[in-house]
Amino acid sequence: MFDLTTKARTLIRVRGLKMYFPIHAGIFRRHVGDVKAVDDVSFDIYEGETLGLVGESGCGKSTCGRAILRLYDITAGSIQIDGQEIGDLPQAKLRSLRPAMQMVFQDPQASLNPRLTVEGIIGEPLLEHTSMSRAERKARVHELMDAVGLNRSFSDRYPHEFSGGQRQRIGIARALALNPKFIVCDEPIAALDVSIQAQVVNLLEDLQKKFGLTYLFISHDLSMVRHIADRVAVMYLGKVVELAPEEALYSDPLHPYTRALLSAVPEPDPDLTIEDRIILKGDVPSPANPPAGCNFCTRCPAVMDICKREDPEFREVLPGRFVACHRYNEPDENENETAA
Amino acid sequence: MPDGAPKVLDVRNLNTVFRTRTGEVHAVNRVSFDLEKGELLGVVGESGSGKSVTMMSLIRLIPSPPAEIRSGQVLFDGMDLLEVDDDTLRDIRGARIGFVFQDPMTSLNPVFTVGFQLREPLMRHMGMNRREADRRAAELLELVGIPDAARRLRDYPHQFSGGMRQRVMIAIALACDPEVLIADEPTTALDVTIQAQILELVRELRQKLGMAIIWITHDLGVIAGIADRVMVMYGGQVVEEAPVRALFKEPRHPYTRALLETIPHVRGKRAERLEVIEGQPPILGAAPTACPFRDRCAAAVEICGRENPALREVGARHRVACHLSDTGAGSGAAPEPEGAHV
Repeated sequence: MFDLTTKARTLIRVRGLKMYFPIHAGIFRRHVGDVKAVDDVSFDIYEGETLGLVGESGCGKSTCGRAILRLYDITAGSIQIDGQEIGDLPQAKLRSLRPAMQMVFQDPQASLNPRLTVEGIIGEPLLEHTSMSRAERKARVHELMDAVGLNRSFSDRYPHEFSGGQRQRIGIARALALNPKFIVCDEPIAALDVSIQAQVVNLLEDLQKKFGLTYLFISHDLSMVRHIADRVAVMYLGKVVELAPEEALYSDPLHPYTRALLSAVPEPDPDLTIEDRIILKGDVPSPANPPAGCNFCTRCPAVMDICKREDPEFREVLPGRFVACHRYNEPDENENETAA
Repeated sequence: MPDGAPKVLDVRNLNTVFRTRTGEVHAVNRVSFDLEKGELLGVVGESGSGKSVTMMSLIRLIPSPPAEIRSGQVLFDGMDLLEVDDDTLRDIRGARIGFVFQDPMTSLNPVFTVGFQLREPLMRHMGMNRREADRRAAELLELVGIPDAARRLRDYPHQFSGGMRQRVMIAIALACDPEVLIADEPTTALDVTIQAQILELVRELRQKLGMAIIWITHDLGVIAGIADRVMVMYGGQVVEEAPVRALFKEPRHPYTRALLETIPHVRGKRAERLEVIEGQPPILGAAPTACPFRDRCAAAVEICGRENPALREVGARHRVACHLSDTGAGSGAAPEPEGAHV
């Protein structure tokens, strides 16, 4: 497990990341607004850790992961990978950096080419980025299949011949092919059955130890993120509202949204009655038209006047704990809150 | 749940088979269970375990072909639903037995207003006229917590959010005051905070209306919070059935135990490593002649490959289909009750 006490080296540094998708309307397709999918997000990911990124559908967590890998041309902000700025690099120059940063997708069915064999799929990045001979590629593919627990003799088969869990292993092997440092796992277990999810999560943990990988693990499954992540960031409507070490976040959530989110997770224990369960009213506002002030002010059970006027700053309120909430802006109020 | 409440539904030895190009798939095998008045029966299983096919079979909502209900009885109010004629069945579906499906977007008709879709069962089954149906429709939307109900009757499904659409589905299912409500993964497509709203609503509605509910899900957390009794399915058959507390505290089937150990928790102690059920669920090419879980079962013995165990009573209303259930083998591995909850 990743040790937070030692001074960790920052591998990924994200500052002020914005990803807006323009809305065009009318016969002249005029630009009338933006969907602010990711709106001013800043965080670090340390080398060798797993940063969990959680939130509900539409909060921008997947867009954030894709933007960090520059699968989009971002609207604003800075992204540094291992000290190198990639936020403004043109796509052609990014190509040579791609081997270091890879992705595992949610839907293993849609992200694998149905016309390629397993060998073709896992070998494709090698073909693109290395000058390996055919025999070398084959040997590397077999090595990767061993690493993810796939039988070598299946290398001539096509994706449809595999189950969901096995397909996800193929996707993981492909992401590992070029010895990356950093992998964005975008809901890698969401499409899998409960008994298969644990297999894939354990595999990801083993590979992290073996190859010293750094993960951004995007998921809506709060209990699985708790298991795999060292630190967790919570997103709501395009913004990170709280970021903290796993233990602190789950045992003592600070942001009212994090509290509501955690209290909404049903626990498989019929004797457990959660006395202060917070049921949020209403739905998430549209990211094309977020409310004035704090994005959460329309549903927040602890809303104050200032929340409807001013957007709270995302800042460190306790060592290693970041939160964007006006309730933590007075130092003395801080004390009461953590005790509560 | 009071013991011995009258049964509203009694399913006996249900078998459903799909005929495909590559052969038969035995999706539901020897499934028997009953549903008591006012209780909530949770049905848990992974994809392909036969939980949805079972429920769709018992009201014959399953497309046939390719499906074929080979045998069984579904007793409802003195009738066998597998035998009654189509007209009688149509009068029962949507009126006395209501449904809520997983995806509210695909089960609502996008070209009709929500009001139209709510009035339809009321006029069809309850013989109401347009005005009465309108009034009742507004009441129903209010009941499921949709603000400004009378005005929203004129809206189309796409004008509602996911959680609101699922509320509309529930309102339609409740329209004719059904005795039984079958809900197939009703909260799976929803976000966790919206799921919490819907679960709260169902708890309220049960107190108000008192119908019996069959709730199909793969989420053990949801089941623990709302069910009175739980039925666990694996490989097309019922492997364990018990009152909710017994199932979570004293699971007897190795599959149920493994399933409970494999899920991580959001509260309490964090496991260093997740327990894993190795292997894959079975593909049911033929009627099972052996225990469907034997290949993945840590406790499997010789007889498990030879004989498919029948459900038998192991405790108060607690039934298990496992050869090892009466010898108590492997029960030392039963998970400790979750202690350190905060």
